[in-house]
Amino acid sequence: MRKAITLTVNGRERGVEVEARTTLLDLVREQFGLTGAKLGCDIQVCGACTLLVDGKPVSACSMLAVDADGCAVETIEGLGSKDKLHPLQEAFMEFGALQCGYCTSGFILTAKALLAENPQPSDAQIRDYLAGNFCRCGCYQEIMQAVKNVVGES
Amino acid sequence: MELADIGKTFRRLDYLTKVTGRAQYLADMNVPGMLHGKILRSPYPHARILRIDASKAEKVPGVMAVLTRDDILHDEGIEPFYGPVFKDQTIVATEKVRHVGDPVAAVAALTIDAAEAALKLIEVDYQELPAVLNIDQAIKPGAMLVHESVKLPTSGFADLAEIKPIDGTNLCTHFRLNRGDIDKGFAEADRIFEDTFTLPATQHCFLETHACIASVEPGGRITVWATTQNPFVVRTQLANIFKVPVAKVRVIVPYLGGGYGGKVYPKVEPITVALSQKAGRPVRLVLSREEVFYTITKHAAVIRMKTGVKNDGTLVARECEIHLDTGAYAEIGPRVAKKSGYTAAGPYKIPNLKIDSYSVYTNKPPAGAFRGFGVSQSAWAVESQMDIIAAALNIDPVELRKQNGYNEGDKFVTEETLRAIGLKECIDQVAKSIGWETRDEDREQNRSSIRRGKGLACMIKATITPSISCAVVKLNEDASLSIYSGTVEMGQGSETVLAQIAGKELGIPMPTIQVLGVDTDVVPYDLTTSSSRSTFHMGKAVQLAAQHIKRQLKEIVASEYGVPEDKIDFADGKIRLPESQLDYSEVMFKRFGMQGGTLVGEGQVKTSTKDEFGEKSTSAFWFLAAGAAEVEVDLDTGKFKLLKYASAVDVGKALNPLGCQQQLAGAAITGMGQAMFEEIAYDNGQLINPNLVDYVLPALGDMPAVIDSIAVEFPDRNGPFGAKGIGESALIPVAPAIANAIYDAVGVRIKDLPIKAEKIFVALADLDRQ
Repeated sequence: MRKAITLTVNGRERGVEVEARTTLLDLVREQFGLTGAKLGCDIQVCGACTLLVDGKPVSACSMLAVDADGCAVETIEGLGSKDKLHPLQEAFMEFGALQCGYCTSGFILTAKALLAENPQPSDAQIRDYLAGNFCRCGCYQEIMQAVKNVVGES
Repeated sequence: MELADIGKTFRRLDYLTKVTGRAQYLADMNVPGMLHGKILRSPYPHARILRIDASKAEKVPGVMAVLTRDDILHDEGIEPFYGPVFKDQTIVATEKVRHVGDPVAAVAALTIDAAEAALKLIEVDYQELPAVLNIDQAIKPGAMLVHESVKLPTSGFADLAEIKPIDGTNLCTHFRLNRGDIDKGFAEADRIFEDTFTLPATQHCFLETHACIASVEPGGRITVWATTQNPFVVRTQLANIFKVPVAKVRVIVPYLGGGYGGKVYPKVEPITVALSQKAGRPVRLVLSREEVFYTITKHAAVIRMKTGVKNDGTLVARECEIHLDTGAYAEIGPRVAKKSGYTAAGPYKIPNLKIDSYSVYTNKPPAGAFRGFGVSQSAWAVESQMDIIAAALNIDPVELRKQNGYNEGDKFVTEETLRAIGLKECIDQVAKSIGWETRDEDREQNRSSIRRGKGLACMIKATITPSISCAVVKLNEDASLSIYSGTVEMGQGSETVLAQIAGKELGIPMPTIQVLGVDTDVVPYDLTTSSSRSTFHMGKAVQLAAQHIKRQLKEIVASEYGVPEDKIDFADGKIRLPESQLDYSEVMFKRFGMQGGTLVGEGQVKTSTKDEFGEKSTSAFWFLAAGAAEVEVDLDTGKFKLLKYASAVDVGKALNPLGCQQQLAGAAITGMGQAMFEEIAYDNGQLINPNLVDYVLPALGDMPAVIDSIAVEFPDRNGPFGAKGIGESALIPVAPAIANAIYDAVGVRIKDLPIKAEKIFVALADLDRQ
């Protein structure tokens, strides 16, 4: 069964027809060509597929595209501009908060949602909020430093 | 622009594309006309295949090919058997399935849905066979055999040539190491300690699952895009399987989303190529998370260790029997067993040794390389028993290690001389970091039922030897540099370090250096991105290639400008002459007569089983490290918390300090997962947790408040600027350091990984009863 939906992706309105069972992740990756979000665990625990839907982090591997009808979806490709990266992107590079990079889009988007909700989070609040993202290369210390640095800036 | 340098942190070359989400990993890639592949896997741990009928599956709309044993057994163009050490694997199962998840058939279709629908229509009749599901069952006399016979390759790894399966048993290999006189050694001992340590199978859990795109052209030319750590090994294996020269196989490797040893040697490449060949179209195959658990694991092990010690703490004899569960296929298990055997004495001088290390076939998914490669198994036993000995003899564990530990110039168990050995500096550094000297006071600071403890552990590991790395560096007409290297960037920061090395050698700014992606059609041969070898080997090859360019520049200047070669110097990217200086681009212009041309520098590193002094060499360099943990344990519940962890690794020379920190901390965190959480659970050969909910990975909330990563520098004479490899070192001491800290806190000894609250609770209860 196909359904027509309309959503905003990185600020641009998109109309698209999807199968009812298409996930939001498949939609953005395969139909919109935005491959920054990755499939990691496929069951909503690793955080690699994180996208922001109306500003909230969701596991796009486990959300149906039809449920994003009318929503604003933000992906890593929508962050920053050609001339200026988002402060989180800068901080992740400066503090070495990534190695293989597979988790990076999920971490940055989750951290962005955290800072939107709570501009001055404590260390414990950062740890809690990012607890649903795995970095198998083990950059957790560097990720904490990067996010804290952006907190310090704002 | 800032010149490239070493010993200085540079922003990694792979970062901008990764933080913007633009980096292309394999599953992000498409090839025109591409089909989607899916694999049908065995539901049984051990069964004979009586019949396979794919006729219904072939009729599913959109299905372009169904691959079964009939395709590989009756095709003259396919050698069905392959494997890195023994030829015991087949593209799909032929006679038998040997583990749950063993590939039985595969489908290529226009859509994933069609491929999945077709899988369900492949009819397979199995006759279940008794299965051997652990080491005990596998080594019992008369046990059911996983392989009735194993094909040996005609050529393979030089250092494994003497290793063979033992006919009529499930012993895949038996590595022996004997030294001194074991009976005399034990006779001289005042005390003898005998313990058995165990650890479970685990999985790498790189977030990027194995994947492959394969395309076979009508003339037999094979192109694969692969998630592999060793593209040239994959090239060789594919050339052997599909009976074409290696020049006809092209392996392209994009950035990997983690490797950790789980992406060495062929994984999904043979089956994807076979599908593409049959379908006549490119095929993409991306494994699910569950399938990764069926593809490769880390060896579970049982280690029996008997050690004779003098009352003063001197180790005099060790007998050690290591059994590593290599699963249904040898994969690289024979070498894992060898490395476990070599390190069963740890980084300690023990004159009398009898070491037997076995890899054992069982009906479980194959086990292979995992960061730490056999040494994280042996060190779990070695370093736990060191503390058992220290406690029994009432010797400080730090002192016992330093008393027996290797010094510069000591002989390793193989009788070769150890050089650049920063072991004791590593021990001192972690002891200092963890506050070892206040251990007793800190332990006494009791809060109700909570006890604190500190523990430490160390390690020695070898790198794969002999091995080969070749590099090409091109100086372009504008003095920018292109580096051609087969080292795979899987997160370890190799691109950046290689650019630093070449740039430092030639005095070139980082932004004008490009490290090309890995493509076996383009880059010269490299054995593998594993074994912590790339900085040392490929880094050196790149350095030699850059020096080769310098020699050419010098010759050009000498001939074109008439300056004697001994009056020509290089500094900061310029060529200094007695009266003037030249830019590289000026020299290039002079040489070629116009803005154009290329100077090509080549570098080759070939290590051998003999070093430059003619002495035996089982490792081109040695890795030394120590780790220390501070824990808090609840006496009532057994629950424990890792408060602080410190690693010190002898890095030789830290070329990129932040990169070193990432590798050290990352390896330590992987070690924490192995120590505290990770375990593949089986029920009658079925994996019951092949997913990231039930298989627990360390997350941010599990981290201790402090992870201290200390780079100790004992330069290696053959490494680029003295650097050694560092990828695995910090992982290995973690589990025993934590177990030793728990013993220090509450006096219970955990000998089975992972260390869990319930194991401590039960041990505490046993202690109470005594």
